[in-house]
Amino acid sequence: MGVGDWVRSWPVYRQLTGTDRLGRGAAARSRRSAELTPRTASADRVVGSVCPFCAVGCAQKVYVKDERVIQIEGNPDSPISRGRLCPKGSASKQLVTGPQRQEHVLYRAPYASEWQRLDLDTAMDMVAERVLDARRRGWQDRDEQGRTLRRTMGLAGLGGATLDNEENHLVKKLFTALGAVQIENQARI
Amino acid sequence: MNADCIVIMGSNMAEAHPVGFQWVMEAKARGAEVIHVDPRFTRTSALADLHVPLRAGTDVAFLGGVIKYILDNDLDFREYVTAYTNASFLVDERYVDTEDLDGLFSGYDPETGSYDRSSWQYEGVDAEGADGVRAKEQSSSYEAGAGGAPLEGVGEGVASDPTLEHPRCVFQILRRHFARYTPEVVSTICGVPVDRFLRVCRAWTENSGRERTTALVYSVGWTQHTTGPQNVRAGSIIQLLLGNIGRPGGGVYALRGHANIQGSTDIPTLFNLLPGYLPMPDTSHENLAAYLENIRGKDQKGFWYNADAYTVSLLKEYWGEKATPENDFCFDYLPRINGDHATYRTVMDMVEGRVFGYFLLGQNPAVGSAHGHLQRMAMANLDWVVVRDLAMIESATFWKDSPEIETGEIVPEKCRTEVFFFPAASHVEKSGTFTQTQRMVQWRDQAVEPRGDQRSELWFFHRLGVLLRERLAGSTDERDRPLLDLAWDYAMEGDEPSAEDVLRRINGIDLRTGKPVNGYPELRADGTTSSGCWLYSGVFADGVNQAARRRSHLEQEAYDLEWGWTWPLNRRVLYNRASADPEGRPWSERKALVWWDAEKGEWTGHDVPDFERAKPPDYRPPAGAVGPEALRGDDPFIMQADGKAWLFAPSGLVDGPLPTHYEPHESPVRNLLYGQQGSPARKVYGRPDNPSNPAPPEPNLDVFPFVFTASRLTEHHTAGGMSRQVPYLAELQPALFVEVSPELATERGLAHLGWAHVVTSRGAVDARVVVTDRMTPLRLPDRVLHQVWMPYHFGQSGVVRGDVVNDLIGVVVDPNVFIQESKVLTCDVQPGRRPRGRALLEYLEGYRRRAGVTEETGTRIATAGRLDPPAHTERT
Ligand code: SF4
Repeated sequence: MGVGDWVRSWPVYRQLTGTDRLGRGAAARSRRSAELTPRTASADRVVGSVCPFCAVGCAQKVYVKDERVIQIEGNPDSPISRGRLCPKGSASKQLVTGPQRQEHVLYRAPYASEWQRLDLDTAMDMVAERVLDARRRGWQDRDEQGRTLRRTMGLAGLGGATLDNEENHLVKKLFTALGAVQIENQARI
Repeated sequence: MNADCIVIMGSNMAEAHPVGFQWVMEAKARGAEVIHVDPRFTRTSALADLHVPLRAGTDVAFLGGVIKYILDNDLDFREYVTAYTNASFLVDERYVDTEDLDGLFSGYDPETGSYDRSSWQYEGVDAEGADGVRAKEQSSSYEAGAGGAPLEGVGEGVASDPTLEHPRCVFQILRRHFARYTPEVVSTICGVPVDRFLRVCRAWTENSGRERTTALVYSVGWTQHTTGPQNVRAGSIIQLLLGNIGRPGGGVYALRGHANIQGSTDIPTLFNLLPGYLPMPDTSHENLAAYLENIRGKDQKGFWYNADAYTVSLLKEYWGEKATPENDFCFDYLPRINGDHATYRTVMDMVEGRVFGYFLLGQNPAVGSAHGHLQRMAMANLDWVVVRDLAMIESATFWKDSPEIETGEIVPEKCRTEVFFFPAASHVEKSGTFTQTQRMVQWRDQAVEPRGDQRSELWFFHRLGVLLRERLAGSTDERDRPLLDLAWDYAMEGDEPSAEDVLRRINGIDLRTGKPVNGYPELRADGTTSSGCWLYSGVFADGVNQAARRRSHLEQEAYDLEWGWTWPLNRRVLYNRASADPEGRPWSERKALVWWDAEKGEWTGHDVPDFERAKPPDYRPPAGAVGPEALRGDDPFIMQADGKAWLFAPSGLVDGPLPTHYEPHESPVRNLLYGQQGSPARKVYGRPDNPSNPAPPEPNLDVFPFVFTASRLTEHHTAGGMSRQVPYLAELQPALFVEVSPELATERGLAHLGWAHVVTSRGAVDARVVVTDRMTPLRLPDRVLHQVWMPYHFGQSGVVRGDVVNDLIGVVVDPNVFIQESKVLTCDVQPGRRPRGRALLEYLEGYRRRAGVTEETGTRIATAGRLDPPAHTERT
């Protein structure tokens, strides 16, 4: 750092000569904060996304480094949100990276008082068995007047408002093929 | 942003849709007047020009008063009303209004609590589905969603009187129906001073017409009532009378609360719908022909006439090559509904042991559905529950830490329910689309891979389908055919279906070329096209994922047509043909949106015209025309069976063709206007585990003397699974609280920031007291009425915890869409904390005893002109 730079780095000098005459902004900035770079600057890539909370549909930019999400911000290009996010949208990074995120399948056996771990494939097999069993026990071919029902009342589903359209499509399609009609979501509430 | 006035009612938009609210502020900065009508002074009220506090659940009375004001002062937009609505249509001679039947319409049966709607029709017209009992059981008006209700005989035109003078024309019926809704009556029912009410009327009408438009905004503050759809109808009638539909700055905005709640209605995970608002078939539909005949009129106008193409294309997407003309395109593979299979009915069936397994997909009913206690008891009586969520939620842990553990109603060692918790992938760990509240479909790119066992629903349900099909391979059982023949062949990315391929198949494919179709007009009923949801046809137009477009708004015109994709066909304003006059000219330069360009021979404008592009304004259909061809050049409402907007709904609603003021199911007040107290068609589930607080004419109203309402906070999200678990958000709103007025605090001895508990016949919850004049005591003629408010996001797990507010709320639903009345009930408030454990059960029992509550309380719904109405309990 030359003498000139040294003098110019002195906050009072900057306050008197710069635009920040009250010394509350740029003039008071320390070297440390001047050297800080936003997390977003070091990202490997930026991915376009949408806030997962309410239905305003604010656009998000997801910053990824080393295959981890390092920041989520509003996307100023969006005609809906113009870059803004409310407290929930702004907390999205914590929503997806926070310690509350579960990573493992858990199973509670009948009458048990604790969870136990189960591997994913085993759990999927167990669920498939149970779906077929519940379907069979709740099966109805016809009503009392002999009209077609072709359905099961043995299983039900609730959820969809937080899922993607593509996911809802498969959920409805599979439930319908199973003959299960009791599938509902938040839109009913 | 184009509005000159914005009326927000039944919504706390600034709090619940904060970033969307910037556009209200933008309009205000340009001079628009912002009015907020709501029981409580909220963040929205703080930014409005005028806040009008009203008694919760009296919206129809208020809006009915506005309608009367418009009609009495001839302030309707007469040219619009005459040309574009059914104001001039004549109604059947047999129709009798609530004016003459003490609050009932003609056709009511007190034994079933439902209407035979045949007398509500236009003169000489038949409507399908007039059978009220079936409709009330199946939510059949909801089924009619996209097309309105089918009508027969409208192809030739309906008898009408364009002068609007005929006593049986809709316009005159409207006048008579709302004759009682004077400013003084509104003031008494709603607790709103007359001058404030009149200020709203003036602002609304002065900012409507050729040169000006008013926007109307609502959300679940309107829908979560036994009169929910009628609240929306009342608002729509005003907007139609004032010419505010299909025009820039006009409209009725339903603000929806979850990232994809709109999409999950369009491509529904709902019992009574197939994608695109096609009804789920019922037992009267033996085959495809019977189904189609029932869901559309054989000579009806409009695009719903093509429901056959939408249905067959869906069947082709579901069952692919197995669906052929010879086998009715596998129509018979569809299960049939024959009653109420909605979520609350299903939960009661779980309590009865009739349901064995339950999938919870990103939803937390133990906290988020009405009557939390019933929800948890239901889950504790299942064989198994699969919970898929980001974090551990109350619905996954009910067997070890629900409130019922404390009261002994659930004992882990005796609870047999198996619970599977599957961690879900988050929105950045998968690609896919959300449809936001204005129907815009927006694509998300995957940012990172999920960890450990975290998977998307796409993975989970695809994999489950594969496993089920493996297990059933070789089965000769007829019932397994739909699964084995299912088109389950999506392009894969690794072990997960490609979301983009699923979206392409939702869009639809021309099966002769293998290319995506460009829009629903290309869909065919002969099996040559497939489409998972006809409304979304066009989202993959030209083979491009249109939902993934992200051209900056800085580089686009006002309607930003190249950001995302809006159904239908990227049209931003529905029915925007109405923004031009019958001759196709904008009503005014200031409010131009789309118009007829005679030189080019096409509709053009700032938005994509919601009309056939080349159909001139003076087009008149040839005799015998049906479907789109039968729409005149000045019929803007292209999905409606008659091309008109309905002031009077001849069919489609099961609880009346016009909105009528009924008191909420639980109300401390007798209906001032009619002998009929509450909605005569509401569904009450009278059972010992679903008690109601008494309402007039029942006695003991003083036990639950206050009005209760609940809603959201900005910093939390619904049942809390995505916010109470997140430290940033938890810190911003760390505790459950109840807002009370200073007057009520004095009356009940409640200290600011001290503890109080709120009680109903279902439950009691603890909360911190916030004494605030945001709650206004309402001055009714005979007394002062207090209202209390609570946010509802809390539960027993997460970083911040609290009692479940939904435990206070019972299950009573509107008969059209089966949504519960959770926005208004009655309650008591007491200082200090509630009793715990078994003492709580005794405490609640004491309240019920003092209030004389039995399973019949609140179920004698027909109170008009009868001394001994029947009770509607599960036993009767
Ligand atoms: S940022 Fe806020 S307003 Fe925007 S979508 Fe998310 S929750 Fe809704």
